[in-house]
Amino acid sequence: MTQSLLHQILDHANRANPYPLYEELRKTPVHHVDGGPYVVSTYYEIRSLLHDPRISSDVRNLASTARDPLAGPAQEESALPPSFLRLDPPEHDRLRRMTNRPFGPPHSPRRIDGMRGELHDIVSGLIDDIGDPDRIDLVDQFSYPFPVTVICRLLGVPREDEARFHTWADTLAASLDPDPDADPAERGKGANEARMQLGMYLAGLIEERRKNPGDDMLSRLATAQGEDGAMTTMELLSTAALLLIAGHETTVNLITNGMLTLLRHPDVLQRLREDPGFAVPLVEELLRFEPPVQLVPQRTTLADIEVRGVTIPKGASLWLVLASGNRDPQRFEDPDRFDPDRRDIQHLGLGSGIHSCFGAPLARLEAQFALSELARRLENPRLLEDPPPYRQNAVLRGPRHLPISCDGIRP
Amino acid sequence: MPGDGSLERLRREGRIVVVGASLAGLRAAEALRAKGFEGSLTMIGDEPHEPYDRPPLSKQVLLGRAAADRTALPRLRPVDATWRLGVPASGLDMAARRVRLADGDEVPYDRLLIATGVRARPWPHEAEAELDGVFVLRTRDDSAALARRLDAGPKRVLVIGAGFTGSEIASACRERGLPVTVAERGSAPLVGALGGVVGSVAAELQREHGVDLRCGVMVTALEGDTSGRVRAAHLSDGSTVEADVVIVSLGATRNTEWLAGSGLGAGPRGIACDAGCRAFDIRGIVTDDIYAAGDVARSPHALFGYQFLSLEHWGNAVSQARIAAHNMLSESTDRLPHMEVPAFWSAQFGVNIKSVGAPSLGTEILISQGSLQERRFVGVYGYQGRVIGAVAFDHARWLPFYRELIETTASFPPPFDNVDRRPGGQRPIDADFPDPSVPTHGPTVTLSGYSPADRRMTFTPAH
Ligand SMILES: Cc1cc2nc3c(=O)[nH]c(=O)nc-3n(C[C@H](O)[C@H](O)[C@H](O)COP(=O)(O)OP(=O)(O)OC[C@H]3O[C@@H](n4cnc5c(N)ncnc54)[C@H](O)[C@@H]3O)c2cc1C
Ligand code: HEM
Repeated sequence: MTQSLLHQILDHANRANPYPLYEELRKTPVHHVDGGPYVVSTYYEIRSLLHDPRISSDVRNLASTARDPLAGPAQEESALPPSFLRLDPPEHDRLRRMTNRPFGPPHSPRRIDGMRGELHDIVSGLIDDIGDPDRIDLVDQFSYPFPVTVICRLLGVPREDEARFHTWADTLAASLDPDPDADPAERGKGANEARMQLGMYLAGLIEERRKNPGDDMLSRLATAQGEDGAMTTMELLSTAALLLIAGHETTVNLITNGMLTLLRHPDVLQRLREDPGFAVPLVEELLRFEPPVQLVPQRTTLADIEVRGVTIPKGASLWLVLASGNRDPQRFEDPDRFDPDRRDIQHLGLGSGIHSCFGAPLARLEAQFALSELARRLENPRLLEDPPPYRQNAVLRGPRHLPISCDGIRP
Repeated sequence: MPGDGSLERLRREGRIVVVGASLAGLRAAEALRAKGFEGSLTMIGDEPHEPYDRPPLSKQVLLGRAAADRTALPRLRPVDATWRLGVPASGLDMAARRVRLADGDEVPYDRLLIATGVRARPWPHEAEAELDGVFVLRTRDDSAALARRLDAGPKRVLVIGAGFTGSEIASACRERGLPVTVAERGSAPLVGALGGVVGSVAAELQREHGVDLRCGVMVTALEGDTSGRVRAAHLSDGSTVEADVVIVSLGATRNTEWLAGSGLGAGPRGIACDAGCRAFDIRGIVTDDIYAAGDVARSPHALFGYQFLSLEHWGNAVSQARIAAHNMLSESTDRLPHMEVPAFWSAQFGVNIKSVGAPSLGTEILISQGSLQERRFVGVYGYQGRVIGAVAFDHARWLPFYRELIETTASFPPPFDNVDRRPGGQRPIDADFPDPSVPTHGPTVTLSGYSPADRRMTFTPAH
């Protein structure tokens, strides 16, 4: 019975609306079935565990007996060392600090703000190119290409190489979203090859930037000489790949979920059209209501930990279901209502604690630009399929396509 | 009387007076209106300014990143109130329920909130304190005047007292490239608040940033030139420091003199109130119409055996203000206790320092994460086998976990393994706090006994 709850959540048939399953899950805040992960689904417990130093993000701490139903051929198999997403302090802190130096305050308070013009141009260009307003796939035509282009610009990938970058990103994203009918060995091979090529490309670019540094992130990371020393080339490669992967599918889903939610709430769409500034609270509520990262599955206990009367043993695998915490009625009033006017909105959509989303300011800005421009420019947009077809992936959950139509594109 | 409609009348047409128009006063006023109080609200403040924020005064303002007059507190909602700014309250008549103002006016109340905070302890020798170039830092005007003087490029700044404020001032001066000497009576900076183990890290930080740090010394006299400008300070070790700016940072004095003789339980250690912020009278009987919140209040805290606690923390002022506002408008059974775990932050020498609980009550410390050498760590304080506080240097994101340990009175030393435990962090050591009978100006959390009528003063100025 309970076993099936987890399987139901992973079952693609329930991807369009997993929220009733999460509600069921919250009746047992720490859900565990022999051999499976300990699944935590209530807001306060998740938040505590995200700040708990007895929880590791390093899979090497997982007891060999713990099994993770998400582990499979789609998992990273590469020669690169783990990125800081999968490291614990002090290594995590050192790499994150070094990566932040050219990215955010206090050393680079203007990097993200300085990208506003560029973000606007990319969004405008993609909307200009939409073409036939009768049948638009918002995912393929907009949400997908947008964040990859942004990461390219952030890292400093030359324009002429962007197309190749997009191809690798697509292949990697597909490997995160296994098609159950495809041969897993084939898929794994494709992904590994893309990863190799991407790695080699980046290694070349890093070499080049060491010689001729610009103001882009990669140059700054490659030439860093701060109190933390320099990153090795391997660390740099891992970090660049992390930025690409962590900032891609997530942002795609935020924008697509956002447009889907707006089309289901025409009054909110109308408000956004009239007031682009409304995008700020709107995106916050989206991160609560339809979070692109539904759960974080890579956590391990370093000690026996008691949560709500359940002892989670050392070495266990832990899932923190952020999307369920975001709908916990103990924390949010009327949680299943989409309400951008909510003031009390400390959602878990970007995580919390030391691993909380590194790219958060950029992610927010991307989504705000994308949604307010789409609202402004698409004339009378309509959903062609509700619910739209979803990707396999239960962790990075979002529509594979979002077919919409509109009366025209405003200039 | 519950249920007799008096509360309803108070909500509709009562008179609430707030004395002290700063952080606690403003947040209480906002909370009162948010809770539907429709009667008259009077805000009395002796400073001529709208409520402003103090933490930036020793940080951004001294660095020239923010102007002192641009530190107004953000308003969380509009507050309909009569503002009496620039006039101190000078007395209280509890029987007649009136506040006397220095300009002779009297303001009647049904409920009174006292949030008069603290003021900087001045240099004890009056004539020396009057010298041009001698500053204290508590108000916006203090900060503006000091920032102007720093702009002029003094030859050397002397900071007397290396508590949080003094250390932040020294940090700002160094960041501006000014030569700085810090004189501290204790063995290290921050020693009163965080103990000697962490204090020695703070000392290294200061020295590494070029501060001429002198610990274990007292300034015995300030010397002026013929035109009345400060030019040097004499230290107890016989040395002399030539400085044209001197900042006296020796802690704070509670603003309770105006309540002398009123019958309220107010004294040099603050205003005693219950866990619901209701003030006690001098007989130890709780009043039902007078409340206190913020730096001026001392109240029993469940986590510390219900001993009275004085806190000079921003977050404490906000949460007490909300509790006081709530309780003023509630039936006795709906009242809430103030139970928040104390929390404090400071930014200095590029490090973000944050504490939870009451480190200064601890006797032992264990570095549970990170390392002192790297100056990035979490230190956990233990008292009689339980966790009583924690401090983080550039590790603030972990503190919610330690707050939970404090709330649940977890045992000390914490037995668990964690993501960043170093070999040195397996064993608690003496936290090395100065003898409590020796005056320091450091601690921002002070236990002040069990009795609400306790008016003894333990601080004896160092000079
Ligand atoms: C320079 C500086 C830096 C700080 N940095 C930090 C920090 O980093 N982190 C932190 O947690 N805390 C910090 N604090 C402490 C924090 O600012 C205080 O805890 C907070 O201001 C307390 O608010 P309050 O309203 O209780 O008291 P106050 O802010 O002191 O306000 C009391 C008000 O009442 C007025 N008043 C006094 N007597 C009377 C009277 N008789 N009649 C009318 N009005 C009167 C006073 O003039 C004042 O305006 C800092 C304080 C200073 C001065
Ligand atoms: C809407 C978009 C995004 C969402 C919802 C999102 C969500 C998250 C979440 C939940 C985590 C925490 C993972 C964990 O706790 O293990 C995380 C971490 C991270 N994110 Fe994002 N993210 C988004 C966009 C981005 C972007 C644009 C970037 C890069 C520029 C980025 C970079 C990262 C990195 C590097 C981490 C790892 C941080 C660490 O381990 O310290 N993310 N993100």
